[in-house]
Amino acid sequence: MSRLLVCAPDYFRIDYEINPWMRLSNSVVPDRAKSQWYELMRVLELKAGSSLERMQPVPGLPDLVFTANAGVVVGRKAVPSRFRHPERRREEPYFEAWFRDNGYEVIKLDGGFSFEGAGDLLGFPNAWFGGYRQRSDIGAYPRLSEIFGREIIPVELVDDRFYHLDTCFCPLSGGELLYYPPAFDPYGQAAIADRVGQDRCLVVPESEALRFACNAVCVAKHVILPVGCPETMKLLQARGYETHPIPLDEYVKSGGSAKCLTLALD
Amino acid sequence: MTLAQETVVLKGHIIDSLILAKVLDTVLMMGGTFDLKEVQIGTTREEPSRAKIVVRATSPGLLTEILQAIQPHGASVDRESDCLLRPAPADGLLPETFYATTHLPTQIRLQGRWIEVEAIEMDVGIRVDRGFTSARTVPMGEVKEGDLIVTGREGIRVLPLERPKERDVFSFMEAQVSAERPHGHIIADVARRMQTLRNGQTSGGKAGKVLLAAGPAIIHAGGRDALTWLIDSGFIHVLFCGNALAAHDMEAHLYGTSLGYRLSAGRAVPHGHEHHLRTINRIRAIGSIEKAVESGVIADGIMAACVRRGVQVVMAGTIRDDGPLPGVITDSVKAQAAMRAALPGVELALLVASTLHAVATGNLLPATVPTVCVDVNPAVPTKLSDRGSFQAVGLVMDAASFLRELARELGWKS
Repeated sequence: MSRLLVCAPDYFRIDYEINPWMRLSNSVVPDRAKSQWYELMRVLELKAGSSLERMQPVPGLPDLVFTANAGVVVGRKAVPSRFRHPERRREEPYFEAWFRDNGYEVIKLDGGFSFEGAGDLLGFPNAWFGGYRQRSDIGAYPRLSEIFGREIIPVELVDDRFYHLDTCFCPLSGGELLYYPPAFDPYGQAAIADRVGQDRCLVVPESEALRFACNAVCVAKHVILPVGCPETMKLLQARGYETHPIPLDEYVKSGGSAKCLTLALD
Repeated sequence: MTLAQETVVLKGHIIDSLILAKVLDTVLMMGGTFDLKEVQIGTTREEPSRAKIVVRATSPGLLTEILQAIQPHGASVDRESDCLLRPAPADGLLPETFYATTHLPTQIRLQGRWIEVEAIEMDVGIRVDRGFTSARTVPMGEVKEGDLIVTGREGIRVLPLERPKERDVFSFMEAQVSAERPHGHIIADVARRMQTLRNGQTSGGKAGKVLLAAGPAIIHAGGRDALTWLIDSGFIHVLFCGNALAAHDMEAHLYGTSLGYRLSAGRAVPHGHEHHLRTINRIRAIGSIEKAVESGVIADGIMAACVRRGVQVVMAGTIRDDGPLPGVITDSVKAQAAMRAALPGVELALLVASTLHAVATGNLLPATVPTVCVDVNPAVPTKLSDRGSFQAVGLVMDAASFLRELARELGWKS
């Protein structure tokens, strides 16, 4: 059974602009944000069968809701994030404290590299991919590879609308990959196609990539994704996945969606 | 011409991710070049790989741009340290772990900055000034107690030669020694370089000097007229030789012989073996070769042309010299220093028919100076390249034939 770390959107709002999606003028409607989040939780628990670990929201930290950026967890080891932007660095002690309080061995990255957790480090059981250039530094990956004993293939993110790897790249439980190739340079596209296998690459159209179709949560054969992505749903259904579209447009205002709101713990 | 360079390290899963390919492509795309120094490929998928890359660019500015472009892909400048300096323990003594130079352009790192070593030559030490702003080669014998000498291997880098722009025989930059190869094109290339350098002297262009290190076989073999013409025409600017070349050249003028053989008839003449001794004695009586030329006693030939044209002559003596002639430096350490002092500005070196002078000159020349070694004995150019002067082009041929052909290329009508 999958365990996910989540954080309720009690203080979620747009307080700053650190990605092309955020506009201070485009404020969050708190009630809508809350109902969208609770709907996501409901589907995760009841449809996908996930168990949820809830961390305490903190006033003044609007993006704590995006737990995907807490760090990366494998087994009992957790490497907390080191955010690029000072606005989000204030979240670091809370994520770290949660890992410690929940019995994880916390390993901190040294060397001054930025690394934004499962927002940029995703993969399959045999190969991980690490997004770099926008938020995480490529220099963090050799150390992470050493900590977790996994191969990490760095891929450059070249479109700032897709500023985290999880905005354009979603590994699925059956070994397929849902992704938006133009978010990567030709080297990254070649490396991904080579490792995943062309026949397992499910290419999301641009219009749906911009609705964060790739920011989906895959739990066994369930895929929870934002509404408005019919082509993506067809691709998934053709491979035997059950799709669960959920309205999450309040979070898109901040540059996030379903996946950003969760952190896989196991 | 040397290049700006920096060593960078790239590590992680750089092969399958094509990060290494991307970094190398970026270097080339921006007009740089690279050398892959070390590549360690992980033996399992989990194991990281590591590449050490020397990045080169035609200017420090371009190098900085390239480094900035590849840095976000993980290429970090290899950790560097300053070179280690130790004081010389006594006059004429280098510290135990001194760095021995090559004749390639060399830089040392002082207080975080790479600086060029001046007057590079092989097999000497490097001395740093007290202000830590400059570095210069220093022969063992010239070291003074307390001089700061570069030791160890850290903080020192030897730069490879850039291929010359001229597409001629020197652009191969490797010793070629063979009697079985056509000589014509090599001599034509040498002539072209000499023409360019002489034009530079008169037109204010590239004013490089041509150095000739020459042996007495030039006179015996009949190359005297051609060489005299080359000097008179302003193609030679520095002459390194010994007692013999000068003695036989002047003997030829005074007696018409070289080591007693009539140059015109090729026969030994009665008492001919005394001619060079009488010549030397005559010049010693006059006081100097210059005076002998100025007074008209020596009216033609190589030495006369040198005096007339103001060619810088360094005559280094050997143990079997007769006389020697005035001006011959019999202290070999002093002779070496005099040769070294004559090198700045030399842009082409011709080492003709002299084993000792060819090897000695080769040892003093930086690898950046195009060099031709001409000898009938293939052992001479081979010896030169064996001793490290890999840039020297070897020509196995008779000295007189070489000089005559060279002079004809340059307009000599014999």
